[in-house]
Amino acid sequence: MTNSWTDIKNADLVVVMGGNAAEAHPCGFKWVTEAKAHRGAKLIVVDPRYTRTASVSDYYAPIRQGSDIAFLNGLINYCITNDKVQWEYTKAYTNAAFIVKEGFGYQDGLFTGYDEEKRDYDRSTWDYEIGEDGFAKVDPTLQHPRCVWNLLKQHVSVYTPEMVSNICGTPKDKFLRVAEMIAETSAPNKVMTSMYALGWTQHSHGAQNIRAMAMLQLILGNIGLRGGGMNALRGHSNIQGLTDLGLMSHLLTGYLNMPSEAEPDYDTYMKSRQFKPLRPGQTSYWQNYSKFMVSFQKAMWGEVAAAENDWCYDYLSKLDVPAYDILRMFELMNQGRVNGYICQGFNPLMAVPDRAKVTSSLSKLKFLITMDPLETETARFWENHGEFNNVDTRSIQTEVIQLPTVCFAEDEGSLTNSGRWLQWFWPAATPPGEARPDTAIMAEILLRMRELYKKEGGAFPDPVLNLSWDYHNPREPEPEELAREINGRALVDLKDPADPSKVLVPAGKQVVNFSQLRDDGSTMCGCWIYSGNFNEAGNNMARRDNRDPSGLGTHAGWTFAWPLNRRTLYNGASADTQGRPWDPSRKLLEWDGTKWVSDDVPDIGVNAKPGEVQPFIMNQEGVSRLFARGLMRDGPFPAHLEPFESPVQNVFNRRMRGNPVGRIFESDVGRFGNADEFPFFATSYRLTEHFHYWTKHNRVNAALQPEFFVEISEELAALRGVTAGSWVRVWSKRGSVKARAVVTKRIRPLQCDGKTVHIVGVPIHWGFMGAARKGHSVNTLTMPVGEANIETPAVKAFLVNLEPTTAPGVQS
Amino acid sequence: MNMELSRRGLLKVAGAGVAGTSLGAMGFSEAEAAVAAHVRPLKLANLNETRSICTYCSVACGIIAYSKGDRRKGERAELIHIEGDVDHPTNLGTLCPKGAALKDFVKSESRLQYPMIRKPGSDRFERVSWDFALDRIARLMKDDRDANFVAKNKAGLPVNRWTTTGMLAASATTNETAWATFKVAKALGIVGFDNQARV
Amino acid sequence: MSGSTTYQSPHTAVSNPPVTPVAAGFGEADLVRRSATSDLPPPQRQLTPVAKLIDVSKCIGCKACQSACIEWNDTHPDIGENHGIYDNPRDLTENMFTLMRFTEWVNPETDNLEWLIRKDGCMHCSDPGCLKACPAPGAIVQYTNGIVDFVHENCIGCGYCVKGCPFNIPRISKADHRSYKCTLCSDRVAVGQGPACAKACPTQAIVFGTKEDMKRHAEGRIADLKSRGYANAGLYDPPGVGGTHVMYVLHHNDRPSLYAGLPDNPRISPIVQTWKGVTKYVGLAAMGFLAAGSLIHGVFARPNRVTQEDDVHGEDLVEGKPVPPPKPETYGPGSGEHR
Repeated sequence: MTNSWTDIKNADLVVVMGGNAAEAHPCGFKWVTEAKAHRGAKLIVVDPRYTRTASVSDYYAPIRQGSDIAFLNGLINYCITNDKVQWEYTKAYTNAAFIVKEGFGYQDGLFTGYDEEKRDYDRSTWDYEIGEDGFAKVDPTLQHPRCVWNLLKQHVSVYTPEMVSNICGTPKDKFLRVAEMIAETSAPNKVMTSMYALGWTQHSHGAQNIRAMAMLQLILGNIGLRGGGMNALRGHSNIQGLTDLGLMSHLLTGYLNMPSEAEPDYDTYMKSRQFKPLRPGQTSYWQNYSKFMVSFQKAMWGEVAAAENDWCYDYLSKLDVPAYDILRMFELMNQGRVNGYICQGFNPLMAVPDRAKVTSSLSKLKFLITMDPLETETARFWENHGEFNNVDTRSIQTEVIQLPTVCFAEDEGSLTNSGRWLQWFWPAATPPGEARPDTAIMAEILLRMRELYKKEGGAFPDPVLNLSWDYHNPREPEPEELAREINGRALVDLKDPADPSKVLVPAGKQVVNFSQLRDDGSTMCGCWIYSGNFNEAGNNMARRDNRDPSGLGTHAGWTFAWPLNRRTLYNGASADTQGRPWDPSRKLLEWDGTKWVSDDVPDIGVNAKPGEVQPFIMNQEGVSRLFARGLMRDGPFPAHLEPFESPVQNVFNRRMRGNPVGRIFESDVGRFGNADEFPFFATSYRLTEHFHYWTKHNRVNAALQPEFFVEISEELAALRGVTAGSWVRVWSKRGSVKARAVVTKRIRPLQCDGKTVHIVGVPIHWGFMGAARKGHSVNTLTMPVGEANIETPAVKAFLVNLEPTTAPGVQS
Repeated sequence: MNMELSRRGLLKVAGAGVAGTSLGAMGFSEAEAAVAAHVRPLKLANLNETRSICTYCSVACGIIAYSKGDRRKGERAELIHIEGDVDHPTNLGTLCPKGAALKDFVKSESRLQYPMIRKPGSDRFERVSWDFALDRIARLMKDDRDANFVAKNKAGLPVNRWTTTGMLAASATTNETAWATFKVAKALGIVGFDNQARV
Repeated sequence: MSGSTTYQSPHTAVSNPPVTPVAAGFGEADLVRRSATSDLPPPQRQLTPVAKLIDVSKCIGCKACQSACIEWNDTHPDIGENHGIYDNPRDLTENMFTLMRFTEWVNPETDNLEWLIRKDGCMHCSDPGCLKACPAPGAIVQYTNGIVDFVHENCIGCGYCVKGCPFNIPRISKADHRSYKCTLCSDRVAVGQGPACAKACPTQAIVFGTKEDMKRHAEGRIADLKSRGYANAGLYDPPGVGGTHVMYVLHHNDRPSLYAGLPDNPRISPIVQTWKGVTKYVGLAAMGFLAAGSLIHGVFARPNRVTQEDDVHGEDLVEGKPVPPPKPETYGPGSGEHR
C-alpha cells in the first residue's frame, strides 16, 4: 500500500477492482464504510461477480475476468478525451513531458522489438531521448509528437466505450457511469483510492493491470494524497514482511537484487546500479544502493566481509534464470531435478496451480520437510484419501519429515501489514506438545550442518561457516536480537563527515535509521528499509501511542512504518508546485518557505524546494512514470492481453495467445484447453468465512462455510440442468473436481466479442485435512502459467466445462 | 471463580435449578423458587491479557489474547478467549469471522505436537525425537548440497548455486523469523527460495 | 451478585472487557417480567433500556457476528453441508443464536441486483411473545433494560416459546431439550460491555447502546441512505411487539419481508396476549408437567413430554397468529426474486 488502512477514510471515491476487500479484509474495509458514512464517499465495485463488497457499493459494474487493462485504458482514454486530467499534477509530477526515442511503436497488439522465437522483447527503443548533458529530453508544452503524453493519448485512443464493452462484457452505460464517477476525482480536491489484490496480480499480465490503474491515478492526481494511492491489500499477515526481507529467489533484503551470472563481481553488479538522476537536481535515492548493499553483506558475514573480498560478494549465489520461483521449482521437480524441499508454513499441494503436476513433482522428491503449526495436505500428499487424494502410497518414495511449529499465539516478534506497519506482538500461550519456534529449527539446521562441514568438509562451506550467528543462545535466537540486527549498528565510531571530531554513532550502537549507513564496512544492517525499527530509542515496533491529533488517520506514534516511520508514500506529491496542499482540509505536507511541515515523515528532502526537487524520489526522473521505459518485460504501456485460456480471441491480434512474454514451460504447452472443449470461463477466489487453507481446521469457520462449492448463473444452471445445492462436475484440461452448485443472480453471462461468456466461480479453501468437509481443490483445475514480470501464477482466468453429477464417492 | 465454567458447564450443574422449579410447582412462590443465577458470570475474570496481532490477513488487527496462566512468569498458559483490541487504530476492537474465531485455530484438533517421519513407501507417520529429526535433516541436506552444489558455471565464474533443494518460507512468521530463515537459506546457496507473496 | 446501585447500562460495544472480577450489574431484582409468574415483585429501579442496532446497509454479510457469538457463548454448531446458498449453518440452532440470511433481489425500479443480507436472531421484544407463551415459571425473564433472557435451568423444552415468537427465533436443543436463543450477551451487558457480535462487527453495521442513542444513530444512517437514493429507508422497531431492543436500519423499510421474510408487522398471538385471563387454567397445567419434566430432566436427561392434552392446548394457545413465523426451509415469499 502507498497509504494505510486508516487513511482510506479520507477518500471521496473508493474503487475496488481486482479484489474483494469486504470479504478478504473485512476490518480494513471498515475504513471504506467510514469514508462512506462520514465523508459521503462513494464505492464502485468492478468484478465478474456481485460480491459482498458489491452488496454495499454505490455502483457495480460487471467485467470479464482478465480484461481489466481494456477497462482501465478505457478510463484513461475517457479522462483524456473529456479533459478530466489533473493538469498541474500530471505536468509536474509525471513523465508526460519526456521525449521517447524514435523507433518506438505499437502495432497488432505488440510493441516494437518482439521476437516470437525467444518470446521476448528487445526493449532498446522503450526509452527516453537523452541529451548531450546526460539528462532526458523533455517538452513541457506537451507538443512534441513523441512526448509520453502524446504517445499515451494515441495508445489508449482505441479503447473507446464500445471497445471496452466488447472486450470486457461490461454494458456500455455501466462503463460510462463508472468513468464519469472516476473522472470527477481529477479535481485537485477530490481523491480516489484503488484497492486491489490477487484479482489483478494472478494473471499473466498482472503487473500491467496494476500499472494501468496507477497511471490513471497519476493523471487524476491521486497518488501521494490522503485518501488516494495504490493500495495492494496483500493476503497473509506477513507477506509484506517476507517480501520486504527478500525471502524470494531474485531478491535480497530491502529490494536489493540477487546478482545474476552477468554480474560475476561486485563492480559489475554496482555498475548498473549507479542510478544517476535523469533530470537536473533530482534525488534518485537509489544512488545510495551501495551503502545498503555493503551493510547487508556485513550483516550476513560480519568481519569476514571485507573490502578486499568485495564484502563476500562471491558468497552470494548468481542466478542463471530470472528466478527459481515456485512454478519453476515444481517444473524442475517434475523433471526429477530437485531432490529436497522445505515447506515452512506453506501448503503447495493446495496453493500451487495444476495439482496433478504438483503431486507428481512431490512424488519425485527424495525428501520433503514441512514446518507448520497444522496438518497440511502437502505433508500428507502421499496418503490416499479416496477421490480427494487418490495416490498410490506405496509407490511414493519420498521421505517426509513433519516438524511442529508454534503459531502466532505462542510466538513473539513483528509482522508487517499491507500499510507497511511493523507491529510487535507478545506470546500468550504455551505451545502444544513439543512444538518449537521456526527460529530454533532454522538455527538447529544451520548449526548441525556446520558441525558436519567442520567434521567432513564438503562443497563450498565458507558462506555457511562464516555466516554471522552471534546470538545469546545460538540454538534459539531471540526475536529482539534479530530485530536489532535488522535495524543495524555502527561497527566502528561513525564520525560526522563535516566535523571528524564529532562521533555520530559510537561503535556498537544501533544506527538511528538507514541514513547513517555507509559503504565502507563501518556499518551493518540486515534490511535497510526497516532500519529505524529498533534503534537506541528502543523497540519502535512496540510503540502503542494510538493518538491521532490531525484526526486524519496518521497515527504516527503507533508501532513503526517503513521507511522511516513514513505512513504515506510519495507524500511530496500531496502539495502543488508551490508547496501548498491540493486540499487544505486533508493537508499532508506543506512548505513553510524553508522546510516541509507534516504530521507524517516527508517523502522528500525536508529542505528540498517545491517545484525544483520532484516528489518521486526513488525514480531517476524525480517524477512518476506513465511510460515505464524498459522496466517492464511486456511493454512500457499496458495493452489489452487475453488470458492463456480464454473464451474469446484478442481483438487486436487474433493469433496471439495470452501474454506474448508470459512464462510457460515447454512441458506445459500441452496442458492448455480451448473454448470448444471447455466452453465456460472460470475464476478462483477467497470467501470471507475462511482464510486460505487454514481455517478449514477451525471448527467455527468450518461451520460457517462447510463445503466446497462452485457458483454459476441461473442461465448456466438452466443450460446444464443444474439445481441449487446439487452436485456438479467441473473439469479443465488439467483435472476434474466435484462441487456443490450455488446458483445465483450475482453472476450473469457476459457478451464479449459476439459471444456469450458464462462464468464459473470456484472458491479456494477446501482440502482433505481439517474440520471442514473433505473437498476437491480449485488448483486441480488451474494453469501453471507465470506472470511475465514476476512469475505470479495466473489462476484467475481459465477454461472449464461443467455438468450435473453425483456426490463424491457415489457412482453416477 | 472457575474460568472453565462455560455455559455448557453451567447446564451440567443445573440440578439446583431443576429442584427449585419443581418446588415451585408444589406451591411455593415462583419468585422464591428461582435460585439459578440469571446472568452468567463474565468468563474472563482473573485471566491474563496479552496484546497480539491477528495471524491471518495483512490488515493486522490488534487482538487481546486471554489466557489462564502467565507465560511472562514462566507459567503454563492456556488460551481461553480472543477478542479485538479497541485500542488498535485499524480495527478498533472489531474482528472478522476468521479473527473472531482465532482461539479455535490455536486450539485446533489438527495442531501438530511432535516431529514425525514418513519413510519411503510407508502409509504412516511415525513419531521421532527432535534430535533425530534435525540430525536427519542436516544429513539429507548436506549430502544433497555436497553432491549437487554448482560452485562455478561453464565459464568458470563463481555462481554458488544449490538448485536441487528448495525452500518455501512461511507467510505468517515474524520478520525476525524471516530474517533468520533468510540468512540460513541464502548462506546455503538455496536459490529455489520463495514465499507466499504470489499465491 | 446483582443489583449494584452504581451500575449503568453500557453505551457502546467498543470496549475491552475487564479481567478483574466484576459482579453482574443487574439480576433478579431488575426483572420486569418472568414467565408463568404472577407474583413477581415490581423492580425497585428502572435500568436505561439498551438496544442493538443492525444497519443492513452497512452489513457485508461476513458472519463475524456468528463467529463471535459461537466463541463467546462456547457453542458448537454442527459442520453441515452447502445447500446451494451462503446461509450456514442452514438455520438458527441451539448452537447458533444468530445467522446471516442472504436474499438476492432485483429492484424492479432500477433493474439492479441488490444482495440483501440480514442478521437474524432474537429481537428482544418489549412485549415478548416467547415469554408470554412460556408455561415454565422463570424460564424466560425480561429485565428493565429490555433484555429478554432464557434461564435454561427452568426451561422444560415444551417449545411454546418458539410458537409464541413472531420471529421464529428460539430453538430447542436435541441434546438437553431446553430452549436457546441470543441473550443479548446479558453477561457482558451486566458488566458494562456490549454484545460480542456488536464488538466484532468489522463495519460496525451492528452497534449497541441505549435504545435512545441507537434511535438517534439510526436517524443519521437513514438520512445518508436517503441521500443515496433509498427513499424508503427507515428504522425497523415494530410497534406490534411494543418495539424491540434489536432494531434494523433497512434500505427498504416499506417492505421488511424482502429481507428473508422479516415480518412486515409482527404481533404476538392475541391468545398469548390474553394469557393473564387464562392464567389459572394454563398455569396449573403448565405447573403439572413442569414438575414431572424437571424430574425427568434431572434423572434421565431425556426430552420432556407434555401430555397430549397439554400439547393440544398449547397449540391452541398460539394459534391464529397474524404473521406466521418464516419457516427456515422456505423463508421469503418464494416469488423467484428471493433466495
